[in-house]
Amino acid sequence: MSYDYQPFEYVAPPGLTAKEPQHKVIIVGAGPVGLAMAIELANHGVASVVLDDNNVVSVGSRAICWSKRSLEIFDRLGIGDKALAKGVTWKIGRTFHRDHEVFNFDLLPEEGHKMPAFVNLQQYYVEQYLVDRALEIDLIDLRFLNKVTAVEQAEDSAHVRIETPDGEYSLAADYLVACDGARSPVRSMLGLEFEGELFEEHFLIADIRTQGNFASERWFWFEPNFHPGQSALLHKQPDNIYRIDLQLGWETDPDEEKKPENVIPRIEKVLGHSDFELDWVSVYTFQCRRLRDFVHGRIAFAGDSAHVVSPFGARGGNSGLQDVDNLGWKLAAIVNRGASAGLLDSYNRERTHGADENLKNSSRTTRFMTPADGIERTFRDQVLKLAGKVPFARGWVNSGRLSAPCVYPSAAPDNIRLPAATRPGSVALDAPQGNGWLLQSLGGAPRLLAINCAAPDLGIDVVELAETPMVRARYLGDAPQALYLIRPDQVVSARWIETDKQAVQAAIDAMWEGRA
Amino acid sequence: MSLIKTDNLPEHDDFYAELLATHKGLSEAESHALNARLILILANHIGERDVLSEAVALAREVD
Ligand SMILES: Cc1cc2nc3c(=O)[nH]c(=O)nc-3n(C[C@H](O)[C@H](O)[C@H](O)COP(=O)(O)OP(=O)(O)OC[C@H]3O[C@@H](n4cnc5c(N)ncnc54)[C@H](O)[C@@H]3O)c2cc1C
Repeated sequence: MSYDYQPFEYVAPPGLTAKEPQHKVIIVGAGPVGLAMAIELANHGVASVVLDDNNVVSVGSRAICWSKRSLEIFDRLGIGDKALAKGVTWKIGRTFHRDHEVFNFDLLPEEGHKMPAFVNLQQYYVEQYLVDRALEIDLIDLRFLNKVTAVEQAEDSAHVRIETPDGEYSLAADYLVACDGARSPVRSMLGLEFEGELFEEHFLIADIRTQGNFASERWFWFEPNFHPGQSALLHKQPDNIYRIDLQLGWETDPDEEKKPENVIPRIEKVLGHSDFELDWVSVYTFQCRRLRDFVHGRIAFAGDSAHVVSPFGARGGNSGLQDVDNLGWKLAAIVNRGASAGLLDSYNRERTHGADENLKNSSRTTRFMTPADGIERTFRDQVLKLAGKVPFARGWVNSGRLSAPCVYPSAAPDNIRLPAATRPGSVALDAPQGNGWLLQSLGGAPRLLAINCAAPDLGIDVVELAETPMVRARYLGDAPQALYLIRPDQVVSARWIETDKQAVQAAIDAMWEGRA
Repeated sequence: MSLIKTDNLPEHDDFYAELLATHKGLSEAESHALNARLILILANHIGERDVLSEAVALAREVD
């Protein structure tokens, strides 16, 4: 593989020789989600120990598409600019049926956001940047080749047994966050099971290197002439690497399909030439499943350990980062100052809601791509047929509804005269502010965002946002002024056109109790 | 709006005949496909989610 995998250093942990004091938080898994979790907690002043059974970044790329929201989260974690600079920025997706284009979309037609709709960047780069950042932070104790082999919990703590090259030891912490991936050993050790669907389909996923000159766009084919009856995806990554996904059918043998002598001819047909090298190949079957609850006592699940989706929609890694965004400040408030355990319930409530939206979208896409024989296939084929002729059907063609943050259900104070896009439960929309960006000045602490009005003095930092046409469209609508309470994860907590100190204080209390 | 369940289509006998005529000579699979297209086209034209859900439920329930 072309990526230069440098093993991370293993250091014999202190627990091998003497019992370690109880830690604040143990994170199991140093994939994108576990690493992001550690940095996010550190940003809130919480120390953590991160345990990973491995000592290299993701082998093969897996995730490539990182959404605007993920980039905004990366920005707070300190790797946003790096990811943006290295990634391939794209926003146009084209969908083809046979050899004609039936539909295209532009993901971010609006100006005035620091981050683009998506960048494509191999998962190993993201993990490398996160590891580099984590290693700079004293509050993070990153332990490679530390494999968790047993988990238990008591009323007020979680306990793990760990295997290292030098033997075994145990650790305890106030809380444990399981970020140990789709096959989550922690999940199995607690006897918890995933619920949902498995799609009986095989997909060949290949990263290839070629000097070809494809646009920075997502190209998706239904029943292309070069791969009859199936679907195909082509997407550009940095370093002249392209992702190719080919649907294979359920009757194929994954081990056979992975062999270069079988992969290469298929890819030659996609590209129309043989001037490429294989970088990574794998065959997947996709699932859309989740845990019923993401919090079990002192153990919280985040990322693929909590939910898995098919990748058409890029909702896997991106939603894991949204879990981190949601859980970080809540867990920090509990660990740092004994805030209400209602915050963990709210993590469970909000992120299972987010997962359901992702599961729904991913299953619908997968179903569209792999319809069951009979009427399902009839409807799918007729949508494609109509899409070639009649405008309305183009949008019905479903090759992936790309990851966007969900709106959390909220009963917090709202004024419906204000724009729907920033209603309580939504992620605050970015806008230019002074020489920088609104989301940067919101940062990771609660804020009162005041537009054309004064904010009450309640010990929360106030961000004053000057009215511009963009700010009016995103935050005011036809109202003369507005006050927004923004959570540390940049989600709108409550908003008013006119209010008083008591009402704002009540909303702040609700926020810290996980009620909004 | 809710689904109209009383007579709403003038000259429905004509439409019924037209519907049968358009399926003439089609295989069963081709007829299924044509019906599917027709549903999609009409659904888009109706454009009201609630009405469509009522129609789907009614079609199911009558069987
Ligand atoms: C082909 C493909 C394409 C994808 N494309 C996209 C995309 O474009 N965009 C997107 O957002 N997502 C995408 N995804 C999904 C994305 O890769 C995952 O959602 C993401 O990796 C989840 O991160 P994670 O940190 O939760 O889990 P993982 O990345 O799986 O990390 C889990 C970590 O836990 C460690 N671990 C496991 N067991 C133990 C143990 N017992 N002790 C200690 N450590 C342990 C593992 O070594 C690993 O480092 C794609 C996935 C696939 C397969």
